[in-house]
Amino acid sequence: MPQAILYDSTLCIGCKACEGACAEHWHLPYNDKVAAEPRLSAHKLTAIQTFGEHYSRRLCMHCAEPACASVCLVGAFQKTALGPVVYDEDKCIGCRYCMLACPFQVPVYEWSSRLPRVRKCDMCYARLKAGKPTACAEACPTGATTCGDRDALVAEARRRLADKPGSYYPRIYGLQEVGGTSTLFLSAVPFEQIGLRTNLPTTPLPRLTWSVLSRTPDVATMAGVAMGGIYWITHRREEVAAAEGRARGGNRHAG
Amino acid sequence: MRAKLAWFAAFFKVSIWRVVFAAILLSGLAGLSMRFIYGLGGATNLTDSFPWGLWKGFNVVAGIGLGAGGFTVAATVHVFNLKRYRPILRIALLTAFLGYAFMAVALMVDIGRPYRIWHPVVMWGEHSVLFEVAWCVILYLNVLALELAPAICERFGWRKLLGGVSAISAPVVIFGVILSTLHQSSLGSLFLILPEKLYPLWYTPLLPVFFFVSAICAGLSMVIIASWQGKRALGKELELPVLEGLGRALAVVLMIYQCGRFLDLQDRGALRLLLQNRTETWLFGLETALLLVPMLLLFQRRVRNRPGRLYACALMVILGFIANRLNVTVTGLEASSGVHYVPKWSEVSVTLSMVALAFAVFRFTAQHFPIFDERRPRAPIFAEEEVPAGVG
Repeated sequence: MPQAILYDSTLCIGCKACEGACAEHWHLPYNDKVAAEPRLSAHKLTAIQTFGEHYSRRLCMHCAEPACASVCLVGAFQKTALGPVVYDEDKCIGCRYCMLACPFQVPVYEWSSRLPRVRKCDMCYARLKAGKPTACAEACPTGATTCGDRDALVAEARRRLADKPGSYYPRIYGLQEVGGTSTLFLSAVPFEQIGLRTNLPTTPLPRLTWSVLSRTPDVATMAGVAMGGIYWITHRREEVAAAEGRARGGNRHAG
Repeated sequence: MRAKLAWFAAFFKVSIWRVVFAAILLSGLAGLSMRFIYGLGGATNLTDSFPWGLWKGFNVVAGIGLGAGGFTVAATVHVFNLKRYRPILRIALLTAFLGYAFMAVALMVDIGRPYRIWHPVVMWGEHSVLFEVAWCVILYLNVLALELAPAICERFGWRKLLGGVSAISAPVVIFGVILSTLHQSSLGSLFLILPEKLYPLWYTPLLPVFFFVSAICAGLSMVIIASWQGKRALGKELELPVLEGLGRALAVVLMIYQCGRFLDLQDRGALRLLLQNRTETWLFGLETALLLVPMLLLFQRRVRNRPGRLYACALMVILGFIANRLNVTVTGLEASSGVHYVPKWSEVSVTLSMVALAFAVFRFTAQHFPIFDERRPRAPIFAEEEVPAGVG
């Protein structure tokens, strides 16, 4: 059963308990200074952001077809059947193509390390496997962040939209964005007003690449056949020319 | 007395270049030390919002394109059997080999864990364009080495080996053309996954096609420049009729490229973006002008026939090509990233060092190996040298 996280901005009180629980889970230092940082970074894998009177949260969206996993040339990223997109730091060579490709700017890098890794939320994969909720969902005092079966969470989100149409912007972010994500957002205001990208296509991004990349064998074959054929023709001409040259008394090379 | 003055003048000229060269290398060494002591954060202005910068854009994406002359001329000579281009074949191959080799070195500086550069060989991310590029480049470096092997065999008199590598030259060249077609276009495919990030003047589904065609332009221009440099630095004879032909081909390919790009802009309804007064518009204008001007000039025989003018045109094409690659990898992504990236001095110095080193190795190789003088009496080059040990 694919798991997911639902973040309901209207329930969030900005207490940042999720940030603290996340830092604890990853054994990262957490204090007032880190709490004040609004951005994701190598020491902050989720962040509560303030937009006027609304809160928003940044964390990995765990796309159904993740761009990071598709661009990784060593296969360090993997979309698990359980939902989380996980990262294998032992494979990573540090090319940072995942960071470039992620439409949500989620993967972050240990820039000051001599042996740097990419860091990102893995939806507490180990905890999920053990049947426990994510650290952030467990820590959330208001139920703004919940986790569970994705279909159930989508149904729950729809129920909230139906129950209180006045309190919500009537859409679920993550249902269609880049083909669907395993992190879902509800908000009182249009999503771009709480810092979410709304210019994303509904088709999964990896398909843009794959439609070209999957042609590689065709291109290679056609190029090989064309080059081989041209080689054969041009060198055949040469043989003919040489033979004719001999017939005419070998004056072909006179000039 | 006059001779002495001339000698002084020559020595002084050389010295200045040597001083510049040494200064570049020293600053590059400083940048490199920073990279490996303080990490990428200490040596670059890259951030989580802007993870790819000058090292990727110039050293890797542009660097590979600048080496495209190797497969272009190899295909011209071996596959299309246009023998008159033979004299520049090895110049093109050497330029390509150095372009790729220095790209590989530069990549080791840019990636976070250089000692894992071999990972793609055994850990396959076959859905990644970068994986395809990595494999093509690894294989193509070997192809280039095989294509250049005759020059090495001739230099050391290894006749048996020379016969061996010559016998397989046709399939090797064709394999090289296939690999180059794939990875030159794939460098453009790298950016297909950024539809909402890359500015629409550059983002197009045809990126792979445009990257392939413009790489041919850059490759041909590099061959012209390398020939010219060889003449100036080493006193080698310039193959003017051959270079004139290259200039002609360059003009035609440039025209195909420019036509294609403007038709594509029109098809995507992006032409109107050119009316906006934005940085991107001016950068696009710059790259277009740097390719359009030499194209118009190269259509004139009196430009193609003068080495200096031909060289100037080739240089413009190179600059336009580099501008295009940097626009796609760096500046075209700035607006959507929300940050302004300017490379740190250490990024610039390491890049300049790579270029300077490539020039130096080119010069050294051209001096000591039959690159410019294939199939000519080699006495002038080797007369003063002693016979290398191990020959005979």
